[in-house]
Amino acid sequence: MAQPNKVFPDFASAVADIPDGSVIAFGGFAGPGTPYNLTKALLEQGAKRLTCIANTTGGAHQPRMPDLGMLVENGQVAKVICSFTAATRPTDVLPFTKYYESGEVEAELVPQGTLAERLRSAGAGIPAFYTPTAVGTELAEGRETRVINGREYLLEYALPCDVAFIRAWRADTAGNVQFRLAQRNFCPLMGMAATLTIVEVEEPIVAAGGLDPDQIHLAGIFVQRIVKVPPAPEGLWAIRRQERTK
Amino acid sequence: MSENGWSRQEMADRLAHEFEEGWIVNLGVGIPTLCSNTDIGGKAITYHAENGVIGYGPVLPAGEEDLHLVNAGGQNVSLVPGAAIVHHADSFGIIRSGRIDVTVMGAYEVSAGGDFANWKVGGAKGGGIGGAMDLAACAKRVYIILEHVTRKGEPRLVRSCALPVTARGVVTLVATNYGLFAPTGDGFEVRELAPGVSFEHVAAATGAPLKHG
Repeated sequence: MAQPNKVFPDFASAVADIPDGSVIAFGGFAGPGTPYNLTKALLEQGAKRLTCIANTTGGAHQPRMPDLGMLVENGQVAKVICSFTAATRPTDVLPFTKYYESGEVEAELVPQGTLAERLRSAGAGIPAFYTPTAVGTELAEGRETRVINGREYLLEYALPCDVAFIRAWRADTAGNVQFRLAQRNFCPLMGMAATLTIVEVEEPIVAAGGLDPDQIHLAGIFVQRIVKVPPAPEGLWAIRRQERTK
Repeated sequence: MSENGWSRQEMADRLAHEFEEGWIVNLGVGIPTLCSNTDIGGKAITYHAENGVIGYGPVLPAGEEDLHLVNAGGQNVSLVPGAAIVHHADSFGIIRSGRIDVTVMGAYEVSAGGDFANWKVGGAKGGGIGGAMDLAACAKRVYIILEHVTRKGEPRLVRSCALPVTARGVVTLVATNYGLFAPTGDGFEVRELAPGVSFEHVAAATGAPLKHG
């Protein structure tokens, strides 16, 4: 049986058909797993009215490390769903803040574990769940809670996505993916929650059968497109390494 | 006599000495991170980071770091023997299922009832929750480190939090530059005062009744 070709030659073709209004999840946590190349391609592609799901709204403006903050500045984002809608460090100035405070961009602030579980649930066919997180806080005001075995829990809904952008270490042509160390973070959850998962891969993509089936972190069934990150020094990862070690 | 009390590292040291053999510990960014510098006499502690790094060790110097490996504060840490990597849902499964023995966090305010506020400052539209609400609601113990008063000299240990809370009734131990305190419901009990700091000085700087331990 012919398998669909999941390997795309470049980032532009991998994101070309993403429509306006899409819900897109961006993997990554404090660097590792962040899909810089796919984000850059989306900046150039120009899709608008996006709902963007990520742990943070993006760091300070760094043109060679494109992230969600740059999509916001580029007028492509209608709403973000994040566990931080303020800077993680008070001294940082976020591009996002200005657009949020002026009302140009909406935001939904979600505790990090709840964000992860909402994505996991979407990928697992679970519509909602109860969690003890955020009970008794401003986030729970006016929302459905339930007492189970004497403890109060908050109802949270699954968070399905149209598209996931993630970055991985290795992949094969069947779309099976391996992450290395802290690269994993939200990436497999977003890959499972999305209809269209696009992976940027650091190592050369190997033929199907080239990865140990027991060592797959995201199965190819969840992955539709894979693109190889350009080799150093063009690859953004290498640039990031240089900037951080200065 | 100086009444500034403990340094940031000394505040962290004081709480780190409460850690017990075998504990799984999650440290928040800022002063809590300093707890991992404390010599606590060879007790086996496993440090858990929200991004699924279980068993991290010291931060590595530039040039020796592995850029695929960060803790929750984005520091390029090392791994200790026996470390494991999980994804975010499993990492927070560890948290929500009560497997974290203690979480140490910074805060803007702590109340006498054990509520605390650390995700939103007054007047801001955005907030930074990160993993704080999950950890606060589900860790076995919540310890807080904060300066005893604000830059304007207002108390941070208060009867009830003015800022939006992170969780209610969860804090059992608070380290400030003035000492170690425990919320008692109607006030704070002194467990220890920093050298050179008097009870009267602390009582005047505390926004709820202060009691001798």
